[in-house]
Formats: sequence, C-alpha cells, structure tokens
Amino acid sequence: MQKIIITLFLAILFLNACQDSGSTQTAKVKAVVSNKASIKILPGLPPIYEHFEDLAPIFAQQNDTTYVINFWATWCAPCVKELPYFEALTEKYATQKVKVILVSLDFSKQLETKLKPFLKENKLQSKVLILIDPDANSWVDKVNPAWSGAIPTTVVYKGDINEFYEKSFDSLSELEEIITPFL
Amino acid sequence: MKKVFNLAILLVAIIGLFIAAATITKNGEGLKVGDTAPDFALKNIDGKTVSLADYKNAKGYVVIFTCNTCPYAVMYEQRIIELHNKYAVKGYPVIAINPNDPIVKAGDSYEKMQQRATAKKFPFAYLLDDGQEVYPAYGATRTPHIYLLDADKKVQYIGALDNNPQDASAVTTKYVEEAIAALEAGKTPETTFTKAIGCSIKAKRF
Repeated sequence: MQKIIITLFLAILFLNACQDSGSTQTAKVKAVVSNKASIKILPGLPPIYEHFEDLAPIFAQQNDTTYVINFWATWCAPCVKELPYFEALTEKYATQKVKVILVSLDFSKQLETKLKPFLKENKLQSKVLILIDPDANSWVDKVNPAWSGAIPTTVVYKGDINEFYEKSFDSLSELEEIITPFL
Repeated sequence: MKKVFNLAILLVAIIGLFIAAATITKNGEGLKVGDTAPDFALKNIDGKTVSLADYKNAKGYVVIFTCNTCPYAVMYEQRIIELHNKYAVKGYPVIAINPNDPIVKAGDSYEKMQQRATAKKFPFAYLLDDGQEVYPAYGATRTPHIYLLDADKKVQYIGALDNNPQDASAVTTKYVEEAIAALEAGKTPETTFTKAIGCSIKAKRF
C-alpha cells in the first residue's frame, strides 16, 4: 500500500513538473519518445518490439503483481509444449495479482506465416508480445545475467524479488510451485 | 559386510556424479575463456572417430555445438560451411558436434546427421556427442554454441558466430572471424564472450 502511495505521489510530482516546463517542452519530449519507441502494430499480431530497450520496462514494474514472463517461439518445440501450463496459470489466477506475459522470439520473416496462424488457432488468453531485436548479445544479460540465451526461459518477479528459470516446465503444478512464494 | 560397504561407496560416488552433472548444466559452468579445453573422441558421420589431436597442424579449432533441427543452427549452416572453407586452409578447422539426445530429438539421430551432412556437403567433421559427456564438459547450453580454441586448446572465444542470426547480409560484427584474425596477429581477441538466442540442448531424460 505504502508503495502505491509513493508511486502516486511521484507520478503527481512528475506531472506537475511537466506542466511547469511549458507546452513547447512537452511537445519536444513527445516527439523524441515517439521517434525512439519502435513498436510496430500489424493486424492480427501482438505488438512487435524492434528494440529490447522498449520492452525492458515490463521486467521492472514496481507494484504488487507477480509477473511471469516466458520467452518462447513457435519454432521451439519444448516452448510450444509448455505453453498450455502458462495458459492454465493465466486462467486459474485470473482474479489474483498474477500476470503472464509470453514474449515471442519468432523470426521477423515468420510472423505472418507461422506466428499469426498459431495465435489464431490456439487463441492464447495470456498477453503476448513479440521481440525481434536481432542483437541478442546486447540484451540477454539485461533480462538476467544467468541466461545463456537458450529458450524456453522464464522470469518470475514481483517488485525487486526476481527468479529466473532456463528450463521447461512439465505441468501447471510445477509452475504454481514457483509462483506460490510470491503470492 | 565388506560388500555392503563397497556398494555404499559406489552409491555415494554415483549420486555425487549426478549432482556434479546437474550443477554443471544448471549453473552454465564448464569452460571459461582462458581454460584449456578437454579433447574428445567422438564418432564422425563417416564412422571414424575424431579427436582434436587428429588435427596435426592446427593453429586453432572452431568447435561448434550445433544440430540438424534447431532453426538457429539451420540459419547458420551456410555461414558455418563458409567459415570452414575460409579458415580450415589457414589452420582453423570447424569441428561440429551434435549434442542432442536422438531419443528426445529424433531429427538429430546419427542417420539424420549423415543425411544432412551429405545433402549439404558438409566440408567439416560432424560428430555425435554420444553419451552427452562432451557438451557439459564444455558448458554448452544452446545450439549453435561456438568455442574457439587456440593451438594449445586454450579457449579464446565463446559465443555466437556473428551478431545477426536471421539475416546474414545485416551482420555488422563477425565475432569468430575477428577472434581468429586476432590470434593470427598474435593478439588476444577483443570480444571473448557473447550471448545469443538459440535452442536448448536436448538432454537425455532419466
């Protein structure tokens, strides 16, 4: 609760600061942000992130929700195999502060041909985002220094508590086991 | 009584081995840059056993853990062939090792390896890590995963071939080639470690 109050307080302060700096400043800031952010929206596909830095905030949200972020791709057999457990988690914890985010690492050239039909067929309930930043060496460590880059890989965090799993899960209960300490 | 005692020792040793194996894969330990890589004796697609020691005049070794089935391995296949064609003559042969357990990944069986190597005319050795002891010793976690060794089998570079798996024409840094060039110049490579997305290695299930 205290955290929320502090966050709100900071947000208000920040808003005030923006107003103070005048309208020309605000316009400038906006232009820069939209230039820098390279998130593409294409019909029938989740948002496509071209640079990891635009996706990075999803790994650092300061609130009381437990985030379960799974890196997967349609070409990765063990990833596709474990997807139903993440879907089951989304369904079972729908009323609790648990949020599953599936970050697809599908290839740029296969978004239309592979990912789109896969999403249509499987009707995923969890939030899906697409990351196509090819220079993995520049961002793998930012997800977790322990990550070698192999998928499937899952990050679980709440606030500053962070757990990392470079492995596949074989059941819903196995996933529940790792999120229980966060709840 | 002695028998029981011996059995107990054996049991402890086996458990210890399992724990050791688990820690190696879990913590991504294995070789670090500067370590001396262990030699191996693995079966090549032509039926012959291949070791690093077989490459008598090697100035270095490009050991690549790769396979048939991983899309990243497939995307890099042509680039690995070209790397070997360019550098084997200079004393840096590619030695490819498939680390996957064929029972878990049928497409990576010895026979499928032979088919792939024939179809793509692999100019390099393509070995099967039968028993899966070599990849944990090296610390490989994904395919493709490259270990560049110098003439003394000292690890000089670990990581990806270059910085764009999906589009060879958009590559701006060729990590392995730069590392080899540094060795050729008698220098230490500037970049000695990179990370990349790749497929997990398919370990045998107990």
